[in-house]
Amino acid sequence: MWTIFHRWASPPYFYRQSTRLLPWLSAICALLIIAGLIGGLILAPSDYQQGESYRIIYIHVPSAWMSLFIYMVMASSGAIALIWRIKLAEVMLVASAPIGASFTLLALLTGVLWGKPMWGAWWVWDARLTSELLLLFLYLGIIALYNAIDDKRRAASAIAVLALVGVVNIPIIHYSVQWWSTLHQGPTVTKFGAPSIYIGMLIPLLLMALGFMLFYAISVLLRARTELLAREAASRWVREMLEEA
Amino acid sequence: MREFFAMGGYAFYVWTSYALACVILAWNILLPHRVHKRFISRLRRRLTQRTQA
Amino acid sequence: MASLSLTASFMQLLQRDLLLALRRRSELVSPLVFFVLVISLFTLGSGASATTLGMIAPGIFWVAALLAVLLGLEGIFRADFSDGSLEQLLLSGMPLSVLVLAKVTAHWLVTGLPLLLLAPLLSLMLRMHNDVVWVLMATLLLGTPVLSLVGAIGVALTVGLRQGGVLLAVLVLPLYAPILIFATQAVGFAADGLPVTAHLAILGACLAAALTLAPFAISAALRVGIN
Repeated sequence: MWTIFHRWASPPYFYRQSTRLLPWLSAICALLIIAGLIGGLILAPSDYQQGESYRIIYIHVPSAWMSLFIYMVMASSGAIALIWRIKLAEVMLVASAPIGASFTLLALLTGVLWGKPMWGAWWVWDARLTSELLLLFLYLGIIALYNAIDDKRRAASAIAVLALVGVVNIPIIHYSVQWWSTLHQGPTVTKFGAPSIYIGMLIPLLLMALGFMLFYAISVLLRARTELLAREAASRWVREMLEEA
Repeated sequence: MREFFAMGGYAFYVWTSYALACVILAWNILLPHRVHKRFISRLRRRLTQRTQA
Repeated sequence: MASLSLTASFMQLLQRDLLLALRRRSELVSPLVFFVLVISLFTLGSGASATTLGMIAPGIFWVAALLAVLLGLEGIFRADFSDGSLEQLLLSGMPLSVLVLAKVTAHWLVTGLPLLLLAPLLSLMLRMHNDVVWVLMATLLLGTPVLSLVGAIGVALTVGLRQGGVLLAVLVLPLYAPILIFATQAVGFAADGLPVTAHLAILGACLAAALTLAPFAISAALRVGIN
């Protein structure tokens, strides 16, 4: 286990393996998303209360899950980067931030589009939407801090600290917002999310979630590879790789 | 088929959501891909310059 | 320096920072003036009828407090960074988290505490009820130290950067949201005659958590920024 971990943490090994891995990941990801789309848009029955509009959840829910998941990944790689100073962890942290922000933005936009027909207003200060908005601000702060520091290794350490601070705050933000919104406007309409979600609706949702997960893996690998090359541009393995090709 | 695209009257909301998802996901693949390619070619150019020199 | 005990060095640093702060009186006063100004402008912008004011007073008060704290935050480390004494602290061999806590305490004493003392006066302007003022002061007493502690993390991360000010706001304000929510809700509850012990307990818990965790985050951030 540890040897695998150490081998993957070495930049040349990571770079070579990820080149080999990317086509496979892309194929599986495409399959999952296509299957999820067919299941979600065509096969799944319409909801008895929301009609067809509920089909937005096949985008909305997986991206909301990913927005949180990516933040957790960033915080853990931040911790690894700060404690063991592993270059790859720094790179993963840096590469994850824009993708996490994208998924958060997507979750917000689809939440707005779902809210208009369901609640009658584009924006409702619903607990989950509001905490998603604050999460977007956390992501934007991380990206802004990274861009503001010229020395990129130092910038990576700085956002590692910030990501860890943020991850402690996320549950507090979540519960405070939840509390705030329930006290202000009474329990919000949670029409779906009932424990008895129909299996034909659930399976496409899980397929989409898996597809999004793989999509994140692909996107983060693409970004991380560039970032690694930039940091290791002077090293021998990069030169050898360039000469090989 | 038309019924499918109409989405029970929610066509605008549903299809806008899916279109946005398409745009945002595509952007997250195409941009890093292009940046990577450009970076590699820049490195290669630098390498050939150095070997010639 | 290394022979000093922890408490002694904490007290010494606290004293030094307070003395320095008292010498720069105008810097002390401007955040307070700003605080009063924001509250007055809010009232001007939203109408001064007693019912509207009663509804939005806690929000106005706390948002103004957040901004005033934010405005004064940079002073925690900026001067020490530019004259090099921050680096001395890092090299002093004393636990950095303790030293940092002393600096944040000094900062709170000169920015947070005056807000707390101004609160009764301003609550007259916002026509708050007497009982509510006590709750407001309790939330300020528990909440503003958290703002200073969390804000100091942001300052430590941005110290020495050119575009520090706006960046600091972007980093820190989202983290302030929970405190704003709990505090304004407590004041709102008090205005409706409801019990507020739960809110105050949560604010207290936030303070305890910030007191224990933030000094480590601040010192980690300073080490990243300065080494």
